[in-house]
Amino acid sequence: MSTPLITIDVAQRRLRRLLLVGAAIATVWVLLPIYFLVVNAWSSQEAVNAFPKAFVPEMNHESLSFLLGFDGVLTSLVNSLIVAAITMVFSIGLGAPAGYALARYEFRGKGTFRLLILLTRAFPLPLLALPLTVLYIRLGVDDTLVGLALVHTMLALPFAVLITFSLFSGVPTELEEAAWVFGCTKVQAFRRVVLPIALPGLAASAIFAFVISWNEVFASSVLMIQNRTLTAFLLQNLDVSPMHMKFAGGALLVLPAATFMFLIRKHLFAMWGISNR
Amino acid sequence: MTNKSLPYWLIAPAALFTVALFLYPLSLVTLEAFTAKSGGYSLENFQTMVGHWKFGTALKNTLMLTALVVPLQMVVALSLAQLLTRVKSGRDTLLYVWTIPLGISDLAAGIIWLGIFEQTGFLNSALIGLGVVDAPVSILGFNDTFATLVAIVLAEIWRSTAIVLVILVSGIGLIPKEYAEAAEVFGAGAWAKFTKVTLPLLRPSLQTALILRSILALEVFAVVAALSGTKFPVLMGETYNWQFALQDGPVAAAFALVILTLSVGVTLVYLRWLRVPRGAGL
Repeated sequence: MSTPLITIDVAQRRLRRLLLVGAAIATVWVLLPIYFLVVNAWSSQEAVNAFPKAFVPEMNHESLSFLLGFDGVLTSLVNSLIVAAITMVFSIGLGAPAGYALARYEFRGKGTFRLLILLTRAFPLPLLALPLTVLYIRLGVDDTLVGLALVHTMLALPFAVLITFSLFSGVPTELEEAAWVFGCTKVQAFRRVVLPIALPGLAASAIFAFVISWNEVFASSVLMIQNRTLTAFLLQNLDVSPMHMKFAGGALLVLPAATFMFLIRKHLFAMWGISNR
Repeated sequence: MTNKSLPYWLIAPAALFTVALFLYPLSLVTLEAFTAKSGGYSLENFQTMVGHWKFGTALKNTLMLTALVVPLQMVVALSLAQLLTRVKSGRDTLLYVWTIPLGISDLAAGIIWLGIFEQTGFLNSALIGLGVVDAPVSILGFNDTFATLVAIVLAEIWRSTAIVLVILVSGIGLIPKEYAEAAEVFGAGAWAKFTKVTLPLLRPSLQTALILRSILALEVFAVVAALSGTKFPVLMGETYNWQFALQDGPVAAAFALVILTLSVGVTLVYLRWLRVPRGAGL
């Protein structure tokens, strides 16, 4: 009787070891390139171009301060922040009411609206910046931060609608109805009951919109000539910038976005779990 | 404002915005692609596009990248998601670490992997240190597009598998445990449970992940630009080139239309192939 028990034990131990090895490999695979970026960005130009390379950072800010001191970089950083902030406000401002309507009401045209939102997912939206270059010149908003933010809002809006839809679906209707019974108007009930419950999720999807805009390369590079964002600046200078400057730029791009995504990590799964269906 | 009109007021801003910044530009770019430089409808722009020596290579490279990256990362993400269901402690920590690349842009990912693959990069430094080679090898050079392809594929898988993992993990979380338990009662092994229970029930998530990733793979751009400059042409890069460097909007529009058509085509294929029968979802 004891023999089969031991085999199961051995098999289970082998499986555990296999899982452990797999998890370790995946963790190293994800973290090592990030570590290399840190080494590259926090080393001087000489160290970056040295061969063979040191595998530990010098921890000096020479490359980063060189990048930040470079003509146009600081402006592009500020531009990126402004465009991302506008995108955040626009996409939540437009998306949340629509998400609320989808979650709470049955109305004619609901299916069509959902289809329109889902349809945008089948298209590479940054490409639509191409016809907008001409249109923006005609409207006098070419090379403006708001103009770019509109394109980025189009990228983030479908997510905002679907995420807020699932958020508001998660708030029980009964709570809202109870507030009406106690004499709240619809607006009051929304502000005092629904909003506080949905607020963390709303903040998370706002941050998601921010990151979408911050990371976007193609539309930014096509639309912005003078008022470049950070991604546009880095892309347009790829073939002329020295290595240490590229790495410092990469680090500058990664830091805020990765931090933000880490902050909303818990919400990401809830967001995708439902917006998927 | 009556009760009946309220939902329309709520969706109107988003709907109008989508018409103005999605449908309208979409019609503009289509029109531009089919308009000759002298006016009137023609296929002139497409002829210019197809006639350019880089078009065939760009099309081939883009399709090859998509065909390599998307299936590989689906397998990686599925394996990691399965692994996570068996981990007892530290599951959340692992998940957070593995999804760090979510916040990393394709441009930054390209720059990160450039640091590894460039001639004086970490890979060559490691190879020298281990005594595998005596002098740094040019990996991303002109003469070896295969190595460049491998570098781009690795960078793309590294960066974009996180989103697939998030979608699949949250999808698996929605599958009731009872299904797997029932399968076990009937004597199903781990593999049978995976192929007969998990995969079919995961269909909606698989569909979402495949559509999202294939479209993003077809518009691959910044990773390639950072890793190889213009040595490895892709469709989106050529679009940018015609628009920005060659200042030829109509031909760029023709390129855009090719990418748009491929994207819609791929989406339709997935929708058919992984169709979720009505009422069969969870």
